[in-house]
Amino acid sequence: MAATLPAESALSNAKDSGRPPERRHNTPWGDALFSVLAHSAAWLTLAILAGIIGSLIVGAMPAMREFGISFLWHSEWDPVQDHYGGLAMIYGTLATSIIALLIAVPVSFGIALFLTEMSPGWLKRPLGVAIELLAGVPSIVYGMWGLTVFGPILATYVEVPLQSAFGNVPVLGTLFSGPPVGIGILCAGIILAIMVIPFIASVMRDVFEVTPPMLKESAYGLGSTTWEVVYNVVLPFTKTGVIGGIMLGLGRALGETMAVTFVIGNQSQLSQLTLFNAANTITSVLANEFAEAEGLHRSALLYLALVLFVITFIVLSLAKMLLMRLQRNEGART
Amino acid sequence: MSFQPIRLASVAAAMSVLAFSAHAADEVTGAGASFPAPIYSKWAEAYNKATGNKINYQSVGSGAGIKQINAKTVDFGASDMPLKDDDLKTAGLMQFPTVIGGVVPVINVTGVKPGQLKLTGAVLGDIYLGKVTKWNDPSITALNPGVTLPDTTISTVHRADGSGTSFIFTNYLSKVNAEWKSKVGEGTAVNWPSNGVGGKGNEGVSQYVQRLPNSIGYVEYAYAKQNKMDFVQLKNQAGSFVEPVEGAFKAAAAGADWSKSFYQVLTDEPGKDSWPITGATFILMHTAQDKPAQATAVLKFFDWSYANGDKAAAELDYVPLPDTLKAAIHKAWDSSIKDTAGKAVASK
Repeated sequence: MAATLPAESALSNAKDSGRPPERRHNTPWGDALFSVLAHSAAWLTLAILAGIIGSLIVGAMPAMREFGISFLWHSEWDPVQDHYGGLAMIYGTLATSIIALLIAVPVSFGIALFLTEMSPGWLKRPLGVAIELLAGVPSIVYGMWGLTVFGPILATYVEVPLQSAFGNVPVLGTLFSGPPVGIGILCAGIILAIMVIPFIASVMRDVFEVTPPMLKESAYGLGSTTWEVVYNVVLPFTKTGVIGGIMLGLGRALGETMAVTFVIGNQSQLSQLTLFNAANTITSVLANEFAEAEGLHRSALLYLALVLFVITFIVLSLAKMLLMRLQRNEGART
Repeated sequence: MSFQPIRLASVAAAMSVLAFSAHAADEVTGAGASFPAPIYSKWAEAYNKATGNKINYQSVGSGAGIKQINAKTVDFGASDMPLKDDDLKTAGLMQFPTVIGGVVPVINVTGVKPGQLKLTGAVLGDIYLGKVTKWNDPSITALNPGVTLPDTTISTVHRADGSGTSFIFTNYLSKVNAEWKSKVGEGTAVNWPSNGVGGKGNEGVSQYVQRLPNSIGYVEYAYAKQNKMDFVQLKNQAGSFVEPVEGAFKAAAAGADWSKSFYQVLTDEPGKDSWPITGATFILMHTAQDKPAQATAVLKFFDWSYANGDKAAAELDYVPLPDTLKAAIHKAWDSSIKDTAGKAVASK
C-alpha cells in the first residue's frame, strides 16, 4: 500500500511534464547479471542435453555401424561372439513399465479421489504425508524388499495359482508359463507400480484440489453422485494434469534401475512372451554389464541407452500431442 | 635428460635434507579387479605400517583396470582374467599372479547336506545348458548313490555382471563340456543359455540361491566359505572327487607349468587333489617404464607382500602362491620390466 504514494506522485509529475515516467535504473549491472545468469542457465540445460545425446551417439556408433537398425528386433545378446541385439531388453523395459502403469494408474486415481472427495478432514493430512514419504524411500530398499519379502509371497499366492488355473488356456497359458519363483517381469512390474504410485497419486491429488468448488457444488446441487461429479466435472477439468502425472510415473518406470535389477532376474533370453521368466531391462543390463564391458560390447550397451533415450522422447512427445489434441477439442466444444 | 652426476647428487642431497619426510613416503596407485581388493588393501595397510610407503588401490573392475594401465593413469593394473601373451606384447605389458582363488558351485536343495552332492564338470555344464533339468536326472543320481534327490526343476543362478568369476567358471565348463564350448564359450559375460536368473556380484548370486529352492549357483571360494554355503564336490581331471579346501587350490596351482608363461587359467589342472575351478588374479605393469622410481615402489610392495603377506591372505581365505612361483615372478620382473635406458628396474 505504501508503494502507491510515490507511484502516484510520479504519475502526477509525469502529467505535469507531459512525458511518461522514466524507468528507474537503480542497479543496471544487477539486472544485466541476472539476465546473463538466467540465459546461461537455460542454454546450459540445452547444451547438456545435446552433449548427452552427442556422446551417446558417438559411443554407440561402432555398434550402429555393425548391426544397424536390425539391432532393435534381434534378441541375441552374446558377449563371447560379440553379437548383440537389443530386443530382449527393449521388451523387458516396455513390459515392466506397462504392467506398472496398468496397476498404478487406477490405484493412484483411487487414492487421489479418496483424499480430495471422500476422506474425513482429520485423515487427509496424515494420509497425504504418508504417500509423499513413499516417494522418498530409496529405490534399493524397494528392490531388497521385493527380492526377499514380496517375491516369495507373489510366487506362492499369485503365480502358482495363476499357473494352475490358466495353464492350459491358449494365450494366458503362455503368459503365465515359466518357473513360478517370484522373480521376473511380473514381480518387477508390480514393484515399479508401488514405486510410481506416490508420484502419480500426489500429482492427481494436487490437480483435483484446484477444481473450483463452485463447479463441484453445482453438480452436487443438481443431484449428482460423487462418481458423477468426479467423472463429469473433476476429470474433464483436470485431464491435462492427470495425464502429466501419469507421464511422470511412466518416465520414472522406464528409467528405474536399482530396484528392477534386484527382482527381474537379469537374464537376456527372450524365448517366449511370459510374465514369469527372468528378463532384463535396458537399465538393468547397463547397471550389470557396463563396468566390465569393452569394445563392441560397450558400444552395444550405449546403443541400448540411446534407444531408451528415444523411447522416453517418443513417450513424452506422444503425451504432448495428446494434450494438444485435447485442448483443441475443448476449443471446438465451447 | 642428461644431468651432470655431481650436480644431480648435490640436488638429491639437498632434497633429502629439505624434504626428508616427502622422500620417505613413496606413493603409488593401482586399479582393477574387485576380487583381490580386500587382500590388496590389507597388504597395503600392513606395508604402510612397516615402511611408511603408501599404496592406493581402486577396486574398479578388471576391465577398467586394464583400460587404466593402458592409459598409464595408474602405476599398476589388476585383472582376474590373465591377458594372452600376444595381447600383452602389443600393449607393452607384463603380468604376474598375486594370490589364488577359486570358484565353488553352491546349491540349495532340501535333504542334501553341504558337500554331500557330487558332480562332474560335464554334468555341471549340462545343468547350465538346460539339458539336465531335474535334480533326480539319471546323470546326477548315477554320481550320487545313497543320496535321495528330489524330483524338482533345477533353477540355475549365474553372475549378471561381467566378472572374473564367470570367466573362470565358463573357462572350466568349456574345457570339460564340448557342447558348452561350441554353444556358449568363455568370457567375463556370456550368453547364458538356460532359463536361469542372474545376480549382481557374489552377494546377488548367493541371495538368489538362498531364496530359490532347488537352485544351483557359483561364487568365489572365500565368499562361499565365509557364508558357509552348501558347496558340492567336483570330479577333477585325475578322476577323484574333491572338496573346495585351501589345499585343493594349492594343488591346482602347483600342477600348472608357470615356467614359460604366466598366462595360466588353473581350471581342470592335473593332480589328484586339485580343485578343478581354480584361478589366479594378476597384476599388470608396463615393460618399458618412463618412471622407474614408481615401478620400483610397486615391485617393492609386492616383494614385501610375497615375503610377509601369506598369513594375511590365508586369513581372508585367499590361497598364497607356492614358493617356486614366487621365485619365477622375481625372475620375470628382472627380465622384463626395464627403464628407458633398458636397465632392469630394481625390485628391492
